[in-house]
Amino acid sequence: MSSNPESWERFDRRERLIRFFMLFAGLVIIVAAWRAMEVNYGYAITAPVELADLFSRMYPPDVGYSTTITGALLETLNISILGTALAILMAIPVAFLGASNTTPNKSTYLFGKFIISFTRSVNVIIWALIFVVVFGPGALAGVLAIAVRSIGFTAKLIAEAIEEIDKGSVEAVTAVGASQLDVLIYGIVPQIKPAFISVTTLRWDINVRASTIIGFVGAGGIGVPLQTEINYFNWEAVLTILIAILGLVLVSEAVSAYLRKKVM
Amino acid sequence: MAAEPGSTANGSWERPTAFYSKNVKYGIYALILLFFAYSFWNLRMSPARFIQGLGAGVELISSMLPPAYTPTQRELLIQGILESIVMAIVATVIGIIISIPVAIMASDNLVPGPIYYIGRSIVATTRSLHELIVAIVMVKAVGFGPLAGVLALAFKTIGFFAKLLAEEIEDIDHGQMEAVTAVGGNSIQRYIYGVLPQVMPRIVGLSIYRLDINLRHSTVVGIVGAGGIGITLLNSFDKYDYQFSMAIISVIVVIVMIGEGISAVARRRIQ
Amino acid sequence: MLEVTELEKTYDTGDRALKSVSFEVSGNEIVAIIGPSGAGKSTLIRSINRLTEPTGGSITLDGKELTHLGQSELRNARRDMGMIFQEFNLVERLTVMENILSGRLGYLSTWDAFRRNFPPEDISRAREILSRVNLDGVENNRADELSGGQRQRVGIARAVIQRPKILLADEPTSALDPETSREVMNLLTDIAHEDDIPVIINIHEVDLAIEHADRIIGLSNGEVVFNGSADKLDEEARDEIYRGGESLEQKQIASSEAETNISDAVVERGD
Repeated sequence: MSSNPESWERFDRRERLIRFFMLFAGLVIIVAAWRAMEVNYGYAITAPVELADLFSRMYPPDVGYSTTITGALLETLNISILGTALAILMAIPVAFLGASNTTPNKSTYLFGKFIISFTRSVNVIIWALIFVVVFGPGALAGVLAIAVRSIGFTAKLIAEAIEEIDKGSVEAVTAVGASQLDVLIYGIVPQIKPAFISVTTLRWDINVRASTIIGFVGAGGIGVPLQTEINYFNWEAVLTILIAILGLVLVSEAVSAYLRKKVM
Repeated sequence: MAAEPGSTANGSWERPTAFYSKNVKYGIYALILLFFAYSFWNLRMSPARFIQGLGAGVELISSMLPPAYTPTQRELLIQGILESIVMAIVATVIGIIISIPVAIMASDNLVPGPIYYIGRSIVATTRSLHELIVAIVMVKAVGFGPLAGVLALAFKTIGFFAKLLAEEIEDIDHGQMEAVTAVGGNSIQRYIYGVLPQVMPRIVGLSIYRLDINLRHSTVVGIVGAGGIGITLLNSFDKYDYQFSMAIISVIVVIVMIGEGISAVARRRIQ
Repeated sequence: MLEVTELEKTYDTGDRALKSVSFEVSGNEIVAIIGPSGAGKSTLIRSINRLTEPTGGSITLDGKELTHLGQSELRNARRDMGMIFQEFNLVERLTVMENILSGRLGYLSTWDAFRRNFPPEDISRAREILSRVNLDGVENNRADELSGGQRQRVGIARAVIQRPKILLADEPTSALDPETSREVMNLLTDIAHEDDIPVIINIHEVDLAIEHADRIIGLSNGEVVFNGSADKLDEEARDEIYRGGESLEQKQIASSEAETNISDAVVERGD
């Protein structure tokens, strides 16, 4: 800090140096990254033209086509709901393992944390690829992929809710002579209910989006016809599907927001 | 929970329910069960198929281990991962830069009505479409390669970032902005002194978080041709080269976990 | 009814919170434990039902030794001890009725607890007790909709429905205003006399203690320094408990001497 009472600087010399270096390093990384991608600027310049061309081919959307895809849309919704439900079932025990106040010992805590981290690191598409190989193409692979991927996210947030409960209430239920399980049911569950419902609906919302594209690798849902139509260059049909997806996502988001508000 | 009068007979009591009445509650539960039964039937899953699947699963796992790659494959792997990492970084930067003005447009306390609606629509649209779909469109527009991936991820980053940033902006303490006006500052100064200090920690935290997410996504957009390791992974599956697939997946998991670790540490240090 | 013999509690940090504490409680005595903050009052009362585990000594309730009980026997013993907490410790999101009934969880199977299948006798008793603590009509309100005084009365009801052999109250009035504190203390003493059970109360306000208690135990630095009826609690006894033996006068002289020394030093420095 300056010893001259008449001058003041926001950062002292050492802090300024550090900030400068970090900024410089950051810029270097970004420029190097950009160069490393070997972007073909020729393509970039034609991009707006290409995009415009693409959109003109998509419009107007093929309305008659929409009846053919209702089955696939429904399947997408099914996959998202089943996948989320299955995920919750599996996430609850994992959440209790991964919460510092309900886990039996250190190794179970670490194990819980590991499962949470691992299932979050592998993208849902990769899970879909794996399950398609195991169970064959179709919605089953999709449901499992969505379920496994959602475990990490759901369990992590539920574990956080468990860790935030009021310990006094839990203590009081213990003091009347209730068993551990009773304490869980009477003391812990009521406290995490709002968070639980909130997390579930939030994850379902995300899963609807994910369910729309797992069809690209054969795991059912509307991704399957989407891929087919793209491959056949039926752009109007593609636009129809995109609009349908947009609609589905907006509706699910509205439902999810409504449910989450109700539990607050 | 709605407070509903329970039964008044002295020795019996019913727990109040949020569902207007017990019958409605059971009705809804029955509907949900029916729905699940229908979905299951739709999946055409039978015990036989499930057991068959388990068998195939075991077979798959044994053919995936141990993970292995030839020297050429190792080249592909390293190149692919590096490309994915780079794509994530660039997409995050571009996305954030564009999302700041969008976020301001989407905050109801900083801009007039019509602009607010435009801002909100941009946010909603970019958030609704899955990144793979956006990636496909980008591939059609700018061709195969990392540029399509970067554009797709940047597009999604805008939606994510602008929305959260807008919420943060809407929550700010107006008093601080007022104070700047009261001492005679102009509008830009109001933003710099009144808004920025309040939202800065959140911006940094969100950036790191989004970089982490983009890293996850950049590893898979290659599946539709938008650059990164995704295409290598897809090819290995198509060629039944499962040991290589396992190698790729392991590398992806490790990279993502490292990224997450760094992100968690960095975010904690900022708080 | 309750015998505490040479009770010791030493924390892992080496802090000796309770040193050789011994006393007895019988009949329907109202015993108040007083002492300065940190004297060990809370540790003492929580050691009785082993919410805090003592490190030495023994506790006997109605002839049964408590300190060496296994888990399930401890649970059974806890059914006989009703505890009332400073922060009420209700389950906020559950209704008043559910909170009171939770006192009977020690007698209920897990499945019944989940389905809230409490026996009808418990339910009628709950309603009686609700009347007794002056809380008619709120049985289906959520606990967090009540005021502090009301919540504490629910806490008392929960303890009473256990049909306990003894009531343990850990600073039951510290979170309440003076008038509500008085109401709660009156309630506790009434219950003790009507149900013929002893009550141990940790309390800050010495006047409330003298007003309601038959006997007073003074704790200072983990040791019992006073154990006698309320009228024996004179000025000297209070000094012993709260000021380590010095009288108020001596303490005031000492502190004003210290002040003089400081001001002298300031004058010397010449600032």
